[in-house]
This record gives sequence, structure tokens and C-alpha cells, in this order.
Amino acid sequence: MSPPLEHDYIGLSELHSPAAAVGGGGAEDGALNLKDTELRLGLPGSDSSDRKDKVALTLGLLPKIFVSGAKRGFSDTIDGAGKWGLAAGGGGSEVEAGKSCALFSPRGERGGGGHGNAGNDAVGKAVGHERKDTGQVGDSAGNDRGVAPAAKAQVVGWPPIRSYRKNTMATNPSKNKEDANGKQGLGCLYVKVSMDGAPYLRKVDLKTYSNYKEFSLALEKMFSGFTIGQCGSHGIPGRDGLSESRLMDFLSGSEYVLTYEDRDGDWMLVGDVPWEMFTDSCRRLRIMKGSDAIGLAPRAMEKCRNRN
Amino acid sequence: MVGGFRWAAMFPDEVWEHVFSFLPADADRNAAALVCRAWYRIEQRSRWRVFVGNCYAVEPAAAVRRFPEVRAAAIKGKPHFADFNLVPSDWGGGAEAWVEAMAEGWPHLEELRLKRMVVSDDCLELIARCFKNFKVLSLVSCEGFSTAGLAAIAANCRNLRELNLHENEVEDNCLHWMSHFPESFTSLVTLNIACLEGEVNVYVLERLIGRCPNLKTLRLNHSVPIQRLVGLLHRAPQLVDLGTGKFAAQHHPELFSTLESAIAGCKNLKSLSGFWEAGPTYLPAIYSVMDLIEDDGLIAVAASCKLLQELRVFPSDPYGAAQPISLTEHGLVAISAGCPMLHSVLYFCRQMTNSALLTVAKNCPNFTCFRLCIMEPHTPDYITRQPLDAGFSAIVESCKHLRRLSLSGLLTDLVFKSIGASANCLEMLSVAFAGDGDAGLHYILSGCKNLRKLEIRDCPFGDQPLLDNAAKLETMRSLWMSSCSVTLGACRQLARKMPLLNVEVINERKRGLPLELQPDNCPVEKLYIYRTVAGPRSDTPSCVWILR
Repeated sequence: MSPPLEHDYIGLSELHSPAAAVGGGGAEDGALNLKDTELRLGLPGSDSSDRKDKVALTLGLLPKIFVSGAKRGFSDTIDGAGKWGLAAGGGGSEVEAGKSCALFSPRGERGGGGHGNAGNDAVGKAVGHERKDTGQVGDSAGNDRGVAPAAKAQVVGWPPIRSYRKNTMATNPSKNKEDANGKQGLGCLYVKVSMDGAPYLRKVDLKTYSNYKEFSLALEKMFSGFTIGQCGSHGIPGRDGLSESRLMDFLSGSEYVLTYEDRDGDWMLVGDVPWEMFTDSCRRLRIMKGSDAIGLAPRAMEKCRNRN
Repeated sequence: MVGGFRWAAMFPDEVWEHVFSFLPADADRNAAALVCRAWYRIEQRSRWRVFVGNCYAVEPAAAVRRFPEVRAAAIKGKPHFADFNLVPSDWGGGAEAWVEAMAEGWPHLEELRLKRMVVSDDCLELIARCFKNFKVLSLVSCEGFSTAGLAAIAANCRNLRELNLHENEVEDNCLHWMSHFPESFTSLVTLNIACLEGEVNVYVLERLIGRCPNLKTLRLNHSVPIQRLVGLLHRAPQLVDLGTGKFAAQHHPELFSTLESAIAGCKNLKSLSGFWEAGPTYLPAIYSVMDLIEDDGLIAVAASCKLLQELRVFPSDPYGAAQPISLTEHGLVAISAGCPMLHSVLYFCRQMTNSALLTVAKNCPNFTCFRLCIMEPHTPDYITRQPLDAGFSAIVESCKHLRRLSLSGLLTDLVFKSIGASANCLEMLSVAFAGDGDAGLHYILSGCKNLRKLEIRDCPFGDQPLLDNAAKLETMRSLWMSSCSVTLGACRQLARKMPLLNVEVINERKRGLPLELQPDNCPVEKLYIYRTVAGPRSDTPSCVWILR
């Protein structure tokens, strides 16, 4: 077993030791585990689907804070094939409203530095970053996910590029696939809908609904089939399907939060603006685990900080 | 010296006015105004141009009284970090107070340039109605107005020379605003509508530029298709600066060749921009334009553009992970080696080395503006894994005329020591995710004798350097600190100690006690301090407290 990583403080080493965390299920050949140790930092990359099992299992061993990151990474795998797994939302312009913990930073840019090292430093840096972020401006929309969503160091206002300019780049079809989401043709408006924990995304035509109520009912129906193999807050993997009560809580309860990315690249809470305005500006949707948005994440931050 | 300046009275005032007109900077005019009452009055009457770097630093009415003959005013509002969504949207920066005071006291105003302000349609209508000889309207990074306001400007400003709308958020509610330029209107020299989101009536535009023979700058928005560009260029062959609209379409050899010749027909064309959705099909019609640039591209630029003075390289995909494009420190080094006239750089990249920065510093001692953004916070030299202190220190030590600097990457307090000691011309410094502790900020505030604007985010700087250098803050225009380690107690102390500063504490979290009741050790999320003679402003939103 390789020694724990230098900056490990959340039990990452369990993930990185070949024999360890992932030990439970899935195909465990050494090669795969090596891939795990390499840079994934617990986040699924563009691996094959048996990774999903590993994800479920590793989640059991990791504190809750990794859940959303892991999930998103996986759904991104489906979505952004070929992109490095840690790309959040297919590299879309996700300007996070909250100060997410930059636990994972995109590598690749590290150029020469060995992969492992880069991983270390990424974590180390992210730790430092995270510490600074904690307890800081949660910023407006309360999208305080608090933890590395699939490894993009999404910090408010960073990198320092004007949203105006981001729009400019976003409109260039050769550069941003996500733009295809919002394309209208012949009176339909298909946008992608992702849900934390779901293995794949869906697309909905916003034009077929006339108000929020219809829309949320349709979403519930659409996503009721998914098994959410997530840890509950006790770290126990659950395999419940979405129960009736969960469905009810879908949008209005604490279980899930429905958010969308608007034309400016900002993540907004669904329901604030009139329906027409929403369909006009919505580019894609994300059904977030409510606990990622509030409450749990800051506590996890606390824990991390105290350990260091 | 009693009687020492009697001889001054022998010259008519006009002579002194003429003399003062040679003073290059407002600071010089300020100095002249202090010499004696006569010079004060003469200078006061002859100052035609004012620049207000912070709209809250002085009461509009006071500014208008102080210089009653102003013809050109430039005013800035929100802090720079508002560009990156760090400032609450209701923070302030409204233009009404200024426009009203100017309408009252400067009826002969000809030029108004506003940056990062909230400008309403009412303001635009007031401008259109009250300034009979209005010539230049420049709105940069502003918001709050719509094309209806622009219609008022078009309809009423008979002598308008310049309408420059740069990166504003404009509501599109008046499709035909450009039709409001009367047929008799022929004075346009600059028209920049690149930021408008709505459709532009190209027919109206053609007629407009067709009757404006002095048009030098035309920047279109994305709605103008490539096919119509030809017609526009034919009507304005004297163009110097062109911003295209949409630059993509199905390939049509005939269109391509007419476009190519139309562009070639503009013999004075020096500057190109725009190229919304530019596709490879038509780009060859323009020589030396690169949409997506990488190191190789920069190397080519370095080899051929010897006169390059300013370079800005933005990331094509700022939130993407693995970058397929290869833009590294090598591009920057190549540019620095090949372009001796380069003085201003804004460069985004993902990796950097101290060695590259040392080379750049050696090659380009003439930099006046150096902004480097390594996309990932805390990134060290990727080869040596060291902080980038040495690299940035080399920049400030070598570039003696550096006026603006933005730091990034892994940096310790050492870099601030160098900056404080060497950056004697530095006026604006942007710092993010850097430093080890209070010492870093102390080095800056106790050095950098020309520092005007300091903006800091996510650095471990606390109360002590602020309190120790309180007097310095009055010599600066403004200080922004967010996500640092400043406490409310220090802000309170600072506010008590320095009556000429507005200490604004911005707290967007609505929970908890109101700020007045919070204890001294309460952390401050965002802090904006600026010098002012106007006292606390009266338009603060609920998330902003001005401490007294």
C-alpha cells in the first residue's frame, strides 16, 4: 500500500491506496486502481461504466462532501465524452455563485510536473484555497455548494474575466458545445437537465410547458426512475429509488434544488422570474442535492479545517 | 514674498490661461491654482476637462461649482472588481446625481464619459435635452439604460460626433432607435454599438454612415450579417477602425471576393475587432487576424508585428479542464522578445515559470501595464515548483515605468517586499490568492509611493497593516479587500481615525445581527475604502454600511 498522500486529510488516501477503499466491489485489477490513484482524487473520469460501482462504494468511505463531486463527474463523463473527467459540466461556463471548495483543480496545465505530484499539489493548493474560502462570502444566490463539484475550482469572479466577455466566447459555437442547448428551432427549446447522482442527463423542451408547475411535474416524472446510489448523511450507501415523499420534495423541499444556467453563465435558482423570462434565459438545468446548497457543506468545511 | 507676484497682474488673464493650457496634467494645474488667488481664479475658469476617478469622492454640485467652464467630464463609478461579480448589483454608482448637477451647471458640456455607472434612460434624456452642443457620449461597462434612451440621444444631439457603447448591458426595447438620427445629421465620427444585443436595422445604418463622411470608427454588433458588411464598407471606405458583426455564413465564392475587395478598399483600416462567430470560411478575407491563438500564433505575431504595443490574450474556454490548446509561457516570452514596442500586456495562461518572467522582464523594461492571470490560484512555477516571487520581482525591478500590475500564481510575502520597494510608478495593483500574512500588505502600503488603487481578494491580510498605514489610504483613490482577514473592529477604528475616508463594509449575508450590533471581532467579507470630501453617501443599499 502506498503511503498516504501528503495533503490527504479527508481520507483520500483510502481512495489512493490501490488495495484500499475501492477494494469492495467492481473490477479490481491493479491497472484500474492505479488509474484511481493517479489523479482522479476520487472523481470518476472517462472510465467505463463499472466505475459507477466503484463510485457508489467509495462514496461509502468518503465523507459526504465528496458526493456531489463524484456524481457530477460521472454524469459529465457521459455528457462530455473525451473531456477530462474533472471538467465540470462539460467545461461549460459555470460561474458558481458560491465559493466552492477548490479541492480539485484541473491538471493538464501543470505541464511537466508528474501526474501524481500535480495531484498532490492540486489538493494541497485546493486545501489552502478552501480554507480561505470557508466562511467567506457565500455570495448571493446561496449556491454554496461548498465542495468541489467535479474539481473545477469554481470561485466567484475567478478567473477575472468579464461576464460580458464570457458571453462573447460562449456564443462561439466552435468553442462551446453547451451553446447547442439553447438553440431554438421551429418553436422548440431543448435544454439539458442534469441531476446529481443520475447516470445520464435528459433533455426537455421548455416550450412545451406554460408554467413552472407543469414543468416541475414533468421533471419529477422524468427523473423518478433514477436510483440515487448516494450516501445518506451517515455515509451509508443507499439504494432507494425516489420514494413518493422524495418526489414531493423534489423542488420545494430540502432534498433537491432546481437551478439553471442563464445566458450570462450564472447559476440561478429556478422560480424567481416569470416563466417567459426563465425560458428566454435558461440554457441548461441542474437538479442539485439540496444539502449541497446549504447546511451540510459548511459543517464539512469545519471538519476539514479542524483536522488541519 | 510681498509684492513678489505683482508683475503677474501686468498680464491679461488670457495670457495666463494660455500658459496653463500647456500644463500636461491636472496635478500641475492644481499646483498652479495654489500659487495665488488670481491664478486660482484663472485656472478655475480655464479648466475644461475634469476626471473624477470615483464618483463618490466629491459632491457633483461642488465639482460643478469648482470648475464652472467644463466642457468634457469623465466619471467612474463602481470598483473594478464589479466586473467579476464581486460587488453587489445594487451597490451604487448611479449617474443621476451627476447628470442633474451637470445639466444645471455645465450647459455647455460637450463630452461625457462614464465607466461602471448605472445610467438610466432618464439620464440619457436629460443629456439629450440639456446639452445643446453635446458631441461625445462614451459609456463603458455601464448598465441601466435601454435603446429608448439611445433614441433620445440620436434624436436630439445634432452635433454628436461620438457614440461609444463599450461592453454595456443595454436593454433592447426600441428597435428603431437609429432611425431617430435626423436626415440632416452628418457629424458622426465614431459609432460603436458592438454591445447591443438586438437587431440593427442595416438599411438605416447604411443611410446613416452614407451621410457621415467623417466616420472613422464603426463597430457593429453580432446581428449584422456578413453579407451586409460589404454594403456598409462601400459607404465608408475612409474607415480606420472596423468592428465586424457576425463573420460566418455559408461559403459563397462571390460573397467572399466582394468582401475581400471591400475590405481592401478601406485603405486606412488600422484596427479590426468583432468577428462574432467567426468561421474559417471568411476569415482569410482579413489578413493577420487570429481568432484562437496559441503559442505558435504568438510566435508568428512576435515575428511579424514589430510595432505591437498592446497585447491581450484571453482564454477561449476559461472553465474548461484539460486544455487542448497550447498557450503557455512560451508565447509570452516570444512576444516579449519580438515586440520591442510592447508596453501593455494582459495574458491568461495556465502555467508559468520564474525563468520566463525573468526573460520577459529583461526583454521589456518599458512595460507600463503587466497583467498576468494564471488561471488556477496558487499555481507555482511548474518546473521548479517554487513560488513566482522571483519572476514578478524581476518585472517590477526591471520595468521602472510600470503603472499597472496584476499578480497571480503562488506568491509569498517576498513578492510584496519587492513591489513595495521597487514599484515607484505603480498606480494600480491587483492581488488575488497571494501572500502569507499581514507583512505582505504592509510592504505594499508602506511602499509604492504612487499607489492609487489597490484591490485584493482572498489573501491572508488582516487588520494590522491597515491600521498601521491608515494615512496612506488617504493618498490613494480606493482600496478593495474581499475574503481577507479583516475584522469589523479594525474598520471601526479606521473610520474613527480617518474622517476623510469612507469605510464601506459590505455584508451580503442577511442573517445575524445588523452590523452596528456585531462585535469587533466579526469578520468583514468585503471592504471598500475610498477617500472623499463628500462624506458618507446617501444611496447605500441595505448590504453596505458606511462606518463612522
